[in-house]
Amino acid sequence: MNSIKFLYAAYIATWLIHALYLGTMVRRYSRLRKLRKNLDIDRK
Amino acid sequence: MKRVFPILAVLTGLLLAYAFYEAIWVAPMERTMGDVQRIFYYHVPSAWTAFLLFFVNLVASVIYLIRKNAKADAVAVVSAEVGVVFCTVVLVTGPIWARPVWGIWWTWDLRLTTTLVLWLIYVSYLMLRRFSDSSQTPKLAAVLAIFGALDVPLVYFSIWFFRTQHPQPVIGGGGSIDPRMLHVLLINWLAFSCFAFLLSWARYRLEWLQREVEEAQALESLLGDGLAAPTRAPLDKTSSRTGPQ
Repeated sequence: MNSIKFLYAAYIATWLIHALYLGTMVRRYSRLRKLRKNLDIDRK
Repeated sequence: MKRVFPILAVLTGLLLAYAFYEAIWVAPMERTMGDVQRIFYYHVPSAWTAFLLFFVNLVASVIYLIRKNAKADAVAVVSAEVGVVFCTVVLVTGPIWARPVWGIWWTWDLRLTTTLVLWLIYVSYLMLRRFSDSSQTPKLAAVLAIFGALDVPLVYFSIWFFRTQHPQPVIGGGGSIDPRMLHVLLINWLAFSCFAFLLSWARYRLEWLQREVEEAQALESLLGDGLAAPTRAPLDKTSSRTGPQ
């Protein structure tokens, strides 16, 4: 049974899912920071 | 607090690297399955972490229903979202393990099916939070979270009380495990729990930032419409309120 490729696949998939989620969070954070900055400028 | 987060992030990174090393090079090879059994060191800790996060979601939802506390509401959203990420890892790594061991990717076994249902419940919870504009949304979501949490013991005990294809529990339930494997399993669980805590912390800050922006936008649109400035105070993180979605 050549199972090593399945082991690699599972570990890569795990970190890919976490990396995707982290990427989503970073994108949301930068969008919200920009929005808040614009709102502060508008208020001034 | 700003200094604590990077320190914890570095420590968690080191712990995850150590846990990976233990899982690949230190844990003994299982006789019948071979290397593919090492998926267990990512699959099981991810499942336990997801259960823990869904439990946090349940507690936060109950607190929100009783006290209408905005912090509890934010913790509920955060724990559900991070829990879904870990549950996704479980649902992806499980079939990758099953293919070489069972010869199939998926079977409608009770453990697998209840886990998929659990994932679907919390995805629907997040969709409700994301797409509903009603002021009743946090309350509805909290009730949904309580029903969702009922599935967690069903998932956990499905292999105790029913005959399923899924392997028996390694801790309790009559199962057994090599002490070296148990050690590696617990290190990986600790590492993934720390990682989940960090993710939740970052997501919690993001949640508050989002609420601040939404509150500021609402204020802006009120002022833009030529109405009087609202008497409501700016977002106070300690106050109890329903909060924007």
